[in-house]
Amino acid sequence: MNKTTLAGISIVGIMALAALAAPWLSPCQPAQIDAGNILCSPSAGHLLGTDSLGRDVLSRLIYGSRISLSVGIIAVGISTILGVFFGALAGFYGKAVDALIMRVVDVMLCFPTFFLILAAVAFLDSSIFNIMVIIGLTNWMGPARLVRAEIMALKEREFVEAARACGAGNLRIIVRHMLPNACGPLLVNATLSVAGAILLESGLSFLGLGVQPPVPSWGNMLTEAKATLGVAWWITVFPGSAIFLAILGFNFIAEGIRKDLG
Amino acid sequence: MKEEPLLLVKGLNVVFRYPGKEITAARGVSFAVGRNETLVMAGESGSGKSVTALSVCGLLPEESASVSGSARFEGEELIGMPQKQLRSFRGRRIAYIFQEPASYLNPVYTIGEQIAEVIRLHRGAVRAAAWREAEHLLELSGISCPQRAARSYPHQLSGGMNQRAAISMALACRPELLIADEPTTSLDMTTEAEIVKLLTRLKKELGFSLLFITHNLAIAERIADKVAVMFRGELVEYRVKEELFASPAHAHTKELLAAYEKVGRFLEV
Repeated sequence: MNKTTLAGISIVGIMALAALAAPWLSPCQPAQIDAGNILCSPSAGHLLGTDSLGRDVLSRLIYGSRISLSVGIIAVGISTILGVFFGALAGFYGKAVDALIMRVVDVMLCFPTFFLILAAVAFLDSSIFNIMVIIGLTNWMGPARLVRAEIMALKEREFVEAARACGAGNLRIIVRHMLPNACGPLLVNATLSVAGAILLESGLSFLGLGVQPPVPSWGNMLTEAKATLGVAWWITVFPGSAIFLAILGFNFIAEGIRKDLG
Repeated sequence: MKEEPLLLVKGLNVVFRYPGKEITAARGVSFAVGRNETLVMAGESGSGKSVTALSVCGLLPEESASVSGSARFEGEELIGMPQKQLRSFRGRRIAYIFQEPASYLNPVYTIGEQIAEVIRLHRGAVRAAAWREAEHLLELSGISCPQRAARSYPHQLSGGMNQRAAISMALACRPELLIADEPTTSLDMTTEAEIVKLLTRLKKELGFSLLFITHNLAIAERIADKVAVMFRGELVEYRVKEELFASPAHAHTKELLAAYEKVGRFLEV
C-alpha cells in the first residue's frame, strides 16, 4: 500500500470512526441550544465554538459526518449496483440490448445531474433516504459505461471461452468469471464517486433541499453560518474543512488504488 | 450392425459470415473418434483444425459462424442442439484444453478454485470435497506439490504447470472425449514431451478418447491411432497412422512429412 492510499484511509477512517462513535465522542447534543453562549469563539468549553443558536459546532460536525458518509456510501452503492447490472447486460449481450441501454445512458447523461436532483427533490420530501436513492439513481451511468467496456474486452479473453467449454452458462460466466476481473477500475470509480456524492449532498443541503434542520449536515451548517460569516468565522470554516477533507480522503484512496493497480 | 463410434462427424461445414464477406473455414469434414482411440488432427495454421473442434460443441460465436452437417456424440446430434442442452455435454462428457494455458485460466482465481468450480458445477459436490478432488487431480497430472499448486494463481506457475492444471480441470468430470487444441504449441520441447507423455498415461489410467490437434507430425507418430490431415478447410487425408506414414497420398501430407523429417524431432523423456 502506498502513501497516498494510507493518507486517504487515515482521513476517511478517522471520520468513519467519529461518525460511528458520535454519541460518545461529541461533548453536547447536536441540537442542544445554549442561549447563554451564542456565537462563542473556540474555547475549552466549546472546542470549535458555538453557532448563532448556541449549539456546539464540534458536536454538530461529528453528527453531520454520519449523514455525509452514509449518504455518500449508500448512494454510490446503489449507483454501482445499477451500473454493474446494466453495464454487464449491455456489454455481454451487445446488439439491441446494448443499443437500448446505452441510449438510455446517453439520455440520462444529457441532463445536468444537479438540476435533475433538484427537480426530483422538489416533488418528493427531502428525507435522507430519498436523497440517497435520488443520488444513486442519477449516477449509475458512469459505472455502467465502465463495466460495459470491461465486459466487452473480457468477452474476447480466452479464459471466458474456456469457462464456456467447461459448461458454464452466461450468468455464471458474467458473475463468476468476468466481474471479478473488472473489479479494479470499478473500485476506483466507486471511491471517486463517494467523494462526488458527499459534495452533492452538501450542495443540496446548502440550498435547503437536502437534509432538513435541525438534523445537522455539513451542507446545512454552512447555510446557517452564512448569515454570521462576518462575525463568526469558525461556524463556516470547520464544516467547510470537513467537506474538503472527506473529499480529499476519498480521492486519495481512489488515486492510491489506481496506482496500485498499475 | 457395427457399433457407432463415440464421435461421428459427417459433412461438417463451417462458414464465417462477415458483412460483405464469407469465409469457409471447414468444408465437408468427416471423421470418427472411437472409444479409447486417439485421433491426431494435423495441418498448418488456418487449415480449419480448431474451428472443426470448436464447432463440435457449439463453441463458435453463433452470430458470425454458421455450422452445418452432422456431429453425433454417442448417437446424439450436437449440431443445432440448443446451447442449454450442449452445456451438459461441455466439461462433463466432452472436455477441452487449449494452446495458451496461462490465458485460458482465470487470473483472479487459484488453480484449486477453478478445478473445484468445474466439479461443483457438474457433479454438485460440496466445497471441501471438490477441493480435495482438485488436489487429487493435480497430483494425478504429475504436479509434485499439489497442495501448493492448488493455492497458486496461474501467473505464479510455469507454462507446463499451468497446462497440467488445465488438464486436471478438463479431466475433473471424467469426460469420455478430450479435445486437445494444440496443447503443446506454446511450450518448449521438453515440456511438450512431458505433456504428451502425461496425456498418454492419463488416457490409459482413466480411459477416454482423445482428439489431439497439432501441426507437429512427430506427436502424431508418437500417440495416434489414426491421423487426419487438414488443408485449407478440407480433410485431405484420414487414415490409420502406419499407413499414412508409410504412403502419404496427398501432396500436403507429403509436405508435412518432409518438414517433419527435416526438423521435427520429438524429444523422448
